[in-house]
This record gives sequence, C-alpha cells and structure tokens, in this order.
Amino acid sequence: MGLLKLKGFPGTGSFPHGVHPPDNKALSANMAVEVMETPGTVTLPLLQHLGVPSKQIVKSGETVSYGQMVGKGEAFVSASLHAPIAGKVKRNAMVTLPNGRRLEAITIQADGEQIPPERIWEEVTFTQWPKDGFSDHAPMDIVNKIQESGIVGLGGAAFPTHVKVMPNDTRVIDTFVVNGCECEPYLTCDYRLMVEAPDVIVAGALLAARAVSAREIVICVEDNKPEAIKRLQDAARQTVVQVAVVKTKYPQGSEKQLVQAVVGLDIPLGGLPADVGVAVSNVQTIATVARSIVKDVPLTHRVITVSGRGICNPKNIFVPIGVSLAEVVDFCGGLTPNAARIISGGPMMGFAFSDLSAPVTKGTSGLTILTHDDVRKANETNCVRCGRCVDACPMNLVPTKLALAARYKNPEVADRYHIRACVECGSCSYVCPAKLNLVQLIREGKVQLNAWERR
Amino acid sequence: MSDTNRLIDSAMSPEDRPGRKPPFINVAPSPHISDSRAGTRRMMVDVILGLSPAIVVSLYLFRFYALKQLIVCVAACLAAEYLFVRMRGKSFTLKDCSAMVTGVILGLSMPGSAPWFVGALASVVGIGIGKIVFGGVGMNIFNPAMVGRAFVMIAFAQLMGAGAYENVTGLVDAVSGATPLSALKFNGVQTGISPLFMGVTNGSVGEVSAIACILGGLYLIYRKTASWQIPASILITVALIAGITDVAGGYQGLFLLHHLFAGALMFGAFFIATDPVTSPLTAKGKVIFGVGTGCLIMVIRLFSGYPEGVMFAVLIMNAMTPLINSWTIPKPMGQKEA
Repeated sequence: MGLLKLKGFPGTGSFPHGVHPPDNKALSANMAVEVMETPGTVTLPLLQHLGVPSKQIVKSGETVSYGQMVGKGEAFVSASLHAPIAGKVKRNAMVTLPNGRRLEAITIQADGEQIPPERIWEEVTFTQWPKDGFSDHAPMDIVNKIQESGIVGLGGAAFPTHVKVMPNDTRVIDTFVVNGCECEPYLTCDYRLMVEAPDVIVAGALLAARAVSAREIVICVEDNKPEAIKRLQDAARQTVVQVAVVKTKYPQGSEKQLVQAVVGLDIPLGGLPADVGVAVSNVQTIATVARSIVKDVPLTHRVITVSGRGICNPKNIFVPIGVSLAEVVDFCGGLTPNAARIISGGPMMGFAFSDLSAPVTKGTSGLTILTHDDVRKANETNCVRCGRCVDACPMNLVPTKLALAARYKNPEVADRYHIRACVECGSCSYVCPAKLNLVQLIREGKVQLNAWERR
Repeated sequence: MSDTNRLIDSAMSPEDRPGRKPPFINVAPSPHISDSRAGTRRMMVDVILGLSPAIVVSLYLFRFYALKQLIVCVAACLAAEYLFVRMRGKSFTLKDCSAMVTGVILGLSMPGSAPWFVGALASVVGIGIGKIVFGGVGMNIFNPAMVGRAFVMIAFAQLMGAGAYENVTGLVDAVSGATPLSALKFNGVQTGISPLFMGVTNGSVGEVSAIACILGGLYLIYRKTASWQIPASILITVALIAGITDVAGGYQGLFLLHHLFAGALMFGAFFIATDPVTSPLTAKGKVIFGVGTGCLIMVIRLFSGYPEGVMFAVLIMNAMTPLINSWTIPKPMGQKEA
C-alpha cells in the first residue's frame, strides 16, 4: 500500500482493507437523467438533516411560490426548507421516514402556475457555467448564501454544508475534496450528474473552496467511472480544479477513507476532516452550491437513482424534494413480483422500509429494490474466527470481537476494542462466512456502551 | 389490507396487478447483501480439497492402512458429532462439514498400523471433549483433531509411539523402517532429502509427502481459507533454529532440510496450525502464533523424549491464542499514538 502513490497527490489512491461487492451499476449507469413532472403534493419533513429541526414559517392555507422558504434553520447546525413547487400549504402531516424517524411535515398542494422541472434541469446541465471571476464573492457571502439555500450533504448523511465551509481561523483548510466516488452498489445518480453536468460541479467546487480559502481543489472519482473522469477533466481544464482517480473499493466514498487515499492523512477518531485541513463534500452538494450562488436558487430538487432487480425500469430521476416514494416507484414502472426489499440508499448502508408514502428527502440518494435472490439470508452459524472481518474492516478494527462483546453484553470489552471507531459501513457483515450481522450487533454494542458509561 | 400494502399494491406495474398478490416486502438492518461465495461450509470443503494431495499420496503409499484410518476417523467423528450435539439438545451441525475435516486430519495424522479403536477413540475425544463441550464449531479453544490425537498418544503410547511406525507388515520396503525423525533422533540415521520431499518414507499416513502438503497448503492460502502468515512464520522459525543447529554441528545443510521436510511439519504448518478457530485473529497475532509454534516444535524435537513436536506445539499455542489476541488489538485508523 505504502509503496504506491497517486500521481500528483500525497495519498496512495486507496486505503487498506475494504471489500469488493458486485456494483450492479450497469442496471442504471447508462440511463440518462429523466425529469419527473411536478407532483400533486409534496411533503417536507421538518428534519431532513443532521442537527436541529427547522422551524415552520408558513401557515396552513398560505400560498407559496417555487423556491420560497417554508422552514427556517435557526440554530447554527440546522438547515432551511424551501418549497419545490408553487402551491397551497395544507395541514401538517406526520410521516415516517425510511430511517424510522417519525416527524411532522409541511404539506404543499400544487396550485397555480409551475415552473417546468425540465427548465430547472436544463439549468443544471448548462455547459457555460462560469469558472472564474468569482473574486467578487466574499467568502462569508458564499457561506451565508449556502446557509440561506438550505444546502446539506446530498451523499446521504445530510450534514448542513454551511457548517463545513464556515471559515475558521484556528483550523485552516488546505484541500477541498469533492467526493464523486459513489462506492455504494447500484447507485448511479452522482455518476450521471458527473457525466451530464460536469461544468456545474467544477463551478461549485471553485466557489465552495473559495469560502474556506482552500488552495487545492480535488474531485475524486473511482476508476470504474472512466466516462465521468473524462468529462470532469474536460470541464476542469484551465482551472485549478484537479481530478483524482482513486481505486474502486468499498467504502472508498467514506470521508475518512477518501481523505486517506487522496491526502494521505488520517482523520483523528471522533474528529472531522477539518482537523487535518480538509473539507469533503459530495458532487451533488457542490452542484447545488453553484446553482444557489450563481443562479440564486435554493435546494429544491435532486437526482436520485431507482435501481435493483426488483424495479421494472431502473432509472436516474431529477425529482422535487418531498415527492412521495410511491410516485417515484410508479414513475419507474412499479415493483416486479419478486421484489423483496425496498431500501432507501444503497444496499450496504441504506435503510430497508415498507411505507412508500414516505417522501424523498434531501439525503435520499436513491431507492434500491432487491429481489429474494439478492438479499442476504440470515442463516447464522457460529463465528469460526476466520478473521475475514478483520481483513475487511477499513477502520482496522476486530469486528467479531466487537459483535460478540455486544451479544454477551460486555461493553468493557467492546470499549477496549474501540467500538466507537466503527463507521458501520457493513464490510464485515458482507464478508462474514457465518453470515453474522456484525454491524447490527456493533450498533447494539454502542448503545450498551453509552448506557454503561452513564450508569 | 393495511395502508402499506395498498401502497405497495398501487406501486406495482399495471400488467402485474390483475390476479397477483402484492410482492412480499421485508425489512432488515443493513447491509442487505452478503458475499454469496463465502460460507463456513465452503471453507471446510476448501480444507478437504486442500488435503486431497496428501490423501492421494497416503492412499498410494499405505494403501489399505491409510484407507482404514481415514474411514475409521471420519465415521467416528461424524458419529461423535451427531451424538454429542444430540446430547446438548442443539440443532445438528453435520452439514457444515467441520466434523468431516477433523476426521480427515485425524485420520491423516495416525500411524498406518494403529488398530481401529485408537482412531475411533481419538475422534470421540477430539469431537466430544475437544469441540462440543466448548459449544461446538467456532467455540473450541484447542484444535479438536490434536486433542484427540494427544489423548491416544498418551493413552496408547505403545500403539502411537515411534514403535508403531516400524514393521507395518505388507508395506513397501521404503516405508517399513523407522520414521525419518526417530531414525535421526535415536539411531543417528539420516534419510535422503529427496524421498522426504516427495514422501516415499515412513510416518503418519498423511504427513509423509512435503510436496503434497505444500501444494494443498498453497491452494488454501490462495482461497484465503488459511492465512499465509501462520505457515510462513512457522517454517521460517523452524528453518532458522534448524539452520543455526546445522551450522553449529557442521551438517552442511542436511540437518536443516531434514527438519523442514520430515515429520508433520508441513502438514502441521499448513493444515493444523492454520485452523482459524484456534489461531489468532489479526495478522500480527498470527505471526506471533507461528513463531511460537515454530520455536516449540524445535524445542520438542531437539530436547524432549519425542522425535516429533508439531502436535504439542500447536496445542500449547492454542492455549496462548486468547492472550495473543488481547496483545494485538489493532490500532483503529486515526487513533493517536498512545
């Protein structure tokens, strides 16, 4: 590992351990992004991000226009919400998100003239995005605009982006890393965006890097996406933006593993990329940043992937945030009769759920619908201590020890084996020959450890 | 019909809807996929495939004697597994083939002349006391095959000791003499290196051919069923100690090669010490385990009353494994130096 070097970067282009699940991206990788028509209603849960819920600022019965703010993120770690369609605010609904959270949500019924969603998508794929002349944007203006636009990490974690790009005198950011790895199997929404709209990504990267005054800007793509690499390289010509090609391996798109692969630094346990002078943001987030600053539009739409052998027509779709997942599934031709599991996100870290009335949220990267043949069978046997989980763990832990400590309710042992360092990527469960769901046991172990320490 | 089912029903494509039930949707924690190529049974089948060159050589050299030991041990292991699992009231675990692996390894580590009840008893003790009482596959501390073999080695010293390898009636000349290691230890007779390597010497039925063990072992390492660290560190340690003794005694390399290729070293290094259940989890731990095993093998070979020490060395290091595991807790990525 240490002998190899990524050309032009301090990292090796990869990270130790990890796994190679079949990526199954071919199902949807060549499907150009389709634009979904404006839905009849949208449901906007008040908490779609990490942090404090946003505060509703519109009343039932009020008329709202496209892009109008309907929920305000008042706390620092929070994000605002905007209406993705023009319409009337209805009574608040309660929705259960795929991650199990039950939340109050603003409901908007479409009413009046709508901006055709095709126009919004054309704006994204526009090839003449400015790539210089950003010097009249003061860093703080960029940060404020990002906060105002309600932008959060669109890769899945939904961490408010303005918190990441807030200039900080004590922690200098040298490198701005744009994450285009998309290492989850099945998902191709980031790939399509890189192929179809590379210019907006480059523009956004320049703007976001300007906010934190980063000197180096790197867009990272896995080497299984040559088309995206080529398009980005063309778009980044004559700018300071570099494109780094990293090895295809799960979980390459994980923040810690990506920073190690490209910058060659380890993010300290419990720390942030900023601790090693790096900021990391997903390509789709960065595209939204460019749109909010140059075109002055908030985050209202995103690209999602609907894929898997359980859906009739796998697609990449440009959807308004808040559209119900049932409508999304219908748009893709419906489920196949052998569909067995509906997952929000990818199959490694996504949440399985059954309630399709849940809406698309800011953090929804896609739906993966697996068939009975695809899903893991829970036929557990004893751990034979083969150590495959140890060889798979990207955080260099001993998953079997952590899992068994949790099973036998021994938080002391779990702590000694550094249970809190686990990022729950699922690599250990994926390789386990005894088919133990190590990750789930480790999650339980973390809860036990917290309870034990509070005793 | 619940709201959810109605939603799922409406989400189905129109041509599927008439007459069809809604798809059966289930939920479970992530990850939702697993590596279908990996499985406990697959690992055990790998071990048996890896052992096949040694089995072929043993059948060729010892004919009926090898066949007898293999059949007795495998049958007794399967029967013991069935019996003991039944006694504990657990579901049957014969399907994972682990009892079969124990049986084959045990059969291959028997002298051809041992009567049937020796192998049978070794199997019952190995499976029963060595494995099931600890909780079955994955829970045992000691390598079951070696527990069984150690038991009969002490209980039937006459039938299992060096004497058992001599005068096996009806065998080819080359294999009717003393084993190479006891010949060297007790009589100072050196066996040629090439017969040792190819395996046309006397010994336990499966361990005589170094080349068969190496071939099978490399297959296991290629399949990642066995780690490379354990065999490598055992062999290097043994070579180092034997090499020093060689230089000190002026044997011109013969002593070194003899210790590498004779006895159960190759068989033990590739098939016995690599048992995942009873060896450490991390790469560093495996190296410590291998070095310890190698040292113990040479200590027993050079200084004890036994000509061969692989079995006891592995058993002693098995006992050390939990300790080695707790010494070698890896440092998580991003952890600051303590």
